[in-house]
Amino acid sequence: MAKDAKEIKTKKTAKSEEKLWWVDSKGKRIDGRGLNDLRNIKIQAGVLPNADGSCYLEWGQNKVLVSVNGPREVLPKHQANPYKAIVRYTYRMAAFSVTERKNPRPGRRETEISKVSGEALEKAIFLERFPNTAIDIFVEVLDANAGTRIACLTAAAVAVADAGIPMRDMVSGITVGRADGKWIVDLNKHEEDAPDAVDMAVAFLPNTKDVTLLQMDGEITPEDFAALMKTAAENVEKVYELQKKALKESFENKKPEMVPGMEDFMNSTPHAEHEEHGERVSLKAKDPLSFDASDYDANENTELEENPDAEHEAFDGGKE
Amino acid sequence: MGHMDILMELQRNKVLESLKQGKRVSNRAFDEYRNVEVITNVSENANGSARVKLGKTDVIAGTKFGIQEPFPDTPNEGSISVGAELTPLASPLNEVGPPSTSEVELARVVDRGIRESHCIDLESLCITEGEKVLSLYVDVYAVNDDGNMFDAASMAALAALNTTRMSKVEDGAIVYGEYDGMLKLANQPLLSTTYKVGNHLLADADLGEEKAMTARFSFGGTEKGVLTAFQKGGSGSFTLEELEKSVEMGLKNAKMLRKLLKG
Repeated sequence: MAKDAKEIKTKKTAKSEEKLWWVDSKGKRIDGRGLNDLRNIKIQAGVLPNADGSCYLEWGQNKVLVSVNGPREVLPKHQANPYKAIVRYTYRMAAFSVTERKNPRPGRRETEISKVSGEALEKAIFLERFPNTAIDIFVEVLDANAGTRIACLTAAAVAVADAGIPMRDMVSGITVGRADGKWIVDLNKHEEDAPDAVDMAVAFLPNTKDVTLLQMDGEITPEDFAALMKTAAENVEKVYELQKKALKESFENKKPEMVPGMEDFMNSTPHAEHEEHGERVSLKAKDPLSFDASDYDANENTELEENPDAEHEAFDGGKE
Repeated sequence: MGHMDILMELQRNKVLESLKQGKRVSNRAFDEYRNVEVITNVSENANGSARVKLGKTDVIAGTKFGIQEPFPDTPNEGSISVGAELTPLASPLNEVGPPSTSEVELARVVDRGIRESHCIDLESLCITEGEKVLSLYVDVYAVNDDGNMFDAASMAALAALNTTRMSKVEDGAIVYGEYDGMLKLANQPLLSTTYKVGNHLLADADLGEEKAMTARFSFGGTEKGVLTAFQKGGSGSFTLEELEKSVEMGLKNAKMLRKLLKG
């Protein structure tokens, strides 16, 4: 296989008469990175005021925006699942985001990426807590330079967390592969176009290293595959750390946001009925660390009716 | 999204009540625009691009060239076309799917504002007469909808056009990644939209005001005060005086906005 690739490469080189190279003798790549270096990644959560959760992510030249809405009513209704929430992931590319203008109508590639990316998130979300609802995730690629599906999925996971939807883990993605016979991490466009390119997109639940997305273009041996997966699992940690950092920053800055007119409405709502239980509830709300298992044993039957009150208290507390 | 509808209704009432007292909820003057922020070159692959924030309304536009056969009646002219998408990024009420009527209207009104101003010399986009011409695409994406998408989209489109690099053409094909000077604009067309809420004419309506309006009037104009395209929307109506006042208000504001876009 490697031989074939070499042949293709020589042909291509001869034709264009340009010296194409991917990794130099010192192990530096065309953009100056080492073999296992990621491009610069910038993640910002909570950027869209109208969405329940959102994220802006730059991964090298890639720029993507994600909105998350839900869990919310499923329309059309027949799509609803009575046992769990459904995830509807839409991946789109802006017409100007790529070299040659893209027809804005979604193509088969976008449909496929949407499907696998949505599925990649499902395991991380406690979907069973929200039966008959939908979590709608919409991703727009504004600028593309290889690895957009992974950039989008990474951003989408942050946006889901930003929406406050309970998750058992993050979903963190990375691309690994080969260009010019060298195994590299996070391929850019130039490397993706190498004649012997292997381009493998992987997403993990970073704490368990469960793989929730895996796609590959190129040809590799089983040994190479195992080695690549190991490289991916090691290097995805860097992505995970950046996701956590972005979420921490976002939640630190979060204030309850009011729609104009809503503030008066909230202030004018009589709180009397909540104050009846006020004392009992506020004890918990003020010191969340005091929760322990014995609390739940004692109040097993009242837990359900208590929850909305507790939430209400927490919300008021945040406003002050 | 039931609760969203309720919030809109609350906003609408608040807007109307406030106008009864002679004030806008935001305390802006009736002809006053929100803060404008223009960021250019937001996408490297685009020939030109810009992000415009009009208060909390947020729009990104980018331009791109393609090659096509000229239309038979204009064999030596290239073409321009504007697309607009109200994506779910901008509002939970926006849905994925085929273009909605509002998207189509938005795109076409922005398109006409640019096209009818003849700011782009279409003959300069000709490669081989009768065979190959350049087509210029302007694509606008709504990122956050807080009202007055028309003006924001038109500003973003103009800012993107102003930063558009001409694609290099060799042997009848575009050489991607290489450029050949900048796109020349003969004028600076901008849309100005006036919203009629109650009996008041408001410039740059926010989302609440847009929900409360009965009619809207957009026109495209150039810096010379030439009006290029009109569009009236909404179920309500305007009087002639109101339309004249709208034009006056729009031209004055467009002048100010053009300065901001020029940086």
